[in-house]
Amino acid sequence: MAVKTDPEEKLYERLDRALKKYKGKPGVLIAALQEAQEIFGYLPRKVMIQVANRLTIPLSEVYSVVSFYSLFSTVPTGKHRLEVCLGTACYVQGAEELLRELQDLCGTEPGKSAPESPFSISTTRCVGACGAAPIVKIGEELHGEMTPEKLPSLLEELVKE
Amino acid sequence: MSTLLGELTRERVRPETEHRLLVCGGIPCSSKGCREVKESLDDELRRRGIAAEIPVEIVGCIGDCSLGPAIIVYPEGILYQKLTPDDARTIVREHLVGGRVVEALLHRDPRSDEILRQRETMPFYCGQTRLVLRNCGVISAHIDDYLKYRGYAALARALTEMSPQEVIGEVKASGLRGRGGGGFPTGRKWKLVRETPADEKFVICNADEGDPGAFMDRNILEGDPHSIIEGMLIAGYATGARRGYIYVRAEYPIAVHRCREAIRQARRKKLLGENILEKGFSFDLEIRTGAGAFVCGEETALISSLHGTRGDPEPRPPFPAQKGLWGKPTLINNVETLANIPLIILHGAGRFVELGPEGSPGTKVFALAGKVRHTGLVEVPLGTTLRQIIYDIGGGIPGDKRFKAAQTGGPSGGCLGEESLDRPMDYDSLRRAGSIIGSGGLIVMDEDSCMVDLARFYLDFNQDESCGKCTPCRIGSKRMLELLQGITGGRGEEGDLERLEQLALLMKNSSLCGLGRTAPNPLLSTLRIFRDEYLAHIRERRCPAGACRALSRQQGSTEEGTRAEAETVDR
Repeated sequence: MAVKTDPEEKLYERLDRALKKYKGKPGVLIAALQEAQEIFGYLPRKVMIQVANRLTIPLSEVYSVVSFYSLFSTVPTGKHRLEVCLGTACYVQGAEELLRELQDLCGTEPGKSAPESPFSISTTRCVGACGAAPIVKIGEELHGEMTPEKLPSLLEELVKE
Repeated sequence: MSTLLGELTRERVRPETEHRLLVCGGIPCSSKGCREVKESLDDELRRRGIAAEIPVEIVGCIGDCSLGPAIIVYPEGILYQKLTPDDARTIVREHLVGGRVVEALLHRDPRSDEILRQRETMPFYCGQTRLVLRNCGVISAHIDDYLKYRGYAALARALTEMSPQEVIGEVKASGLRGRGGGGFPTGRKWKLVRETPADEKFVICNADEGDPGAFMDRNILEGDPHSIIEGMLIAGYATGARRGYIYVRAEYPIAVHRCREAIRQARRKKLLGENILEKGFSFDLEIRTGAGAFVCGEETALISSLHGTRGDPEPRPPFPAQKGLWGKPTLINNVETLANIPLIILHGAGRFVELGPEGSPGTKVFALAGKVRHTGLVEVPLGTTLRQIIYDIGGGIPGDKRFKAAQTGGPSGGCLGEESLDRPMDYDSLRRAGSIIGSGGLIVMDEDSCMVDLARFYLDFNQDESCGKCTPCRIGSKRMLELLQGITGGRGEEGDLERLEQLALLMKNSSLCGLGRTAPNPLLSTLRIFRDEYLAHIRERRCPAGACRALSRQQGSTEEGTRAEAETVDR
């Protein structure tokens, strides 16, 4: 049996192992951060510091990249990640109304972490499923032709799981 | 001569004699449950003990998204639409075992009420010229399928019969223009990279499909990734590059996965790597994923992102073709552009220029979406009119509503009104109309869509995606957005439109990169065609389309209207 370690500590060990392959190579910061976010679910300050140290890149540069790209998050996400597509086709088919309804139902807003809510909401710019607009993405699953009326039962199913 | 090379130079197309099922695995179909349909097909075939004889393959988007989840049954080519897992079992029982086509699951044309069995008989398809999309929804993404359909034959031809200069000459003669939005002549770009001396050169496939409303690149990457690899190989041979990158959006996980698989398969067949087809040409590919930034579709910003930093654009010149990735000459071509290359090399530039008008040869894939009956990817010769695309192919506007406008070119493009329905869709004609072909996003809007709010939507997008490096774009987009939020929120004032126009001009003329220079386009084009609608918002506090919640729809003071008006005044 392995020695019992703090689960967080384990994540940092995993991060260290992952970062090894990037060390000393040019142009790898984004890929390294993507992998770090996969491990932790988001990028807390401590993780950014670790990435900066291991890759010998200034923390300011790491932060400038994290804050630039919308797929990096510095706040933890809820158990169920709901993304409303705000691409043009979805917008034309009423995505903004969908987003309003979802905010009301979940009691949270895009980019906010609400510790008591099992949901976190974010918006995305086109998932490329315009033929089935409007789209709500839950985790990796896409739900097409969404309407505000379909939302409550969808959320209920998620909570039940 | 290598045996593979011998095979590649022989002509052959797989004859369809056996039963096989193609399940549309495009993203819209996925979101409607195509996976469950496939599982159900697999189950039923297994249960009946015929699973080994009848392959079920998931393929890239077969086209008309409004029919999803859809499958095609070969050899007859019967298309079944809007399927449930139960329907899938019925098809196995009736069609595959019983030999009877299931009429109830076929598509019925709403206009003629005629039952259409084959994809090719549907107006959505027969109006199209599917060249770039030739393999999408026809074969799986596997290299064996691609090879059966003359895949990599163009590469073989380039390596055996043509010098790099001749390849460039052929591409130049085809008149192919960049399909990502710029419309720059592809051959000229290739020549520039070729002629810039350097010890190392790169080829980049720009798969950062940022236009919200365009999804052709995603579809090609998922459905036919080998055509992109082949295009890049030919580009590498012609320009003298030995390394390539596919820069793809992280929002497209399936595309990333399929490309990775495709690269692995190509390496195994020695179509990537050292001494390809034993012709002394070496080339290899890597995938890099973006992290969610629209501006990275701009060439210089894309290179910044590949360097691992913020996707900030750089002033041009020097162009990436002279000084790009790691300071080396770099060819950047869009997915659809590259997908055209094998066709041009295989069939010759002469065949290519037969399609489309002078100055805009070839086909263009449009992503038809919004208020239109049949949504999906539509590939037509450039120069096809908007009316043909929306009405003949797309089946018109649902619910007997009136066509109001079509937006082309996404956040960098403009609107086309009713008067443009008969305008040919090509690079120059759309530019004259104040819009662009762009990457091919085509969003249809009906009378319920508010053009002021659309302009607000696009400015919101551009403001959000502005990288902030140059002042005109960073501040200009913010101020313009505030003005538009005011107008749609019922707080518009006289002089707002003039202020908007002034800011738009400033941004257009002084921004650093394409994002800022084109960001005012949706505003300017809607303002030109629908100025009355803007004025109704400002002077009458009225949204004629009824889309702006803070405003009333009707003229005069209905009770509801006055209340809405009172609310906005309070604020």
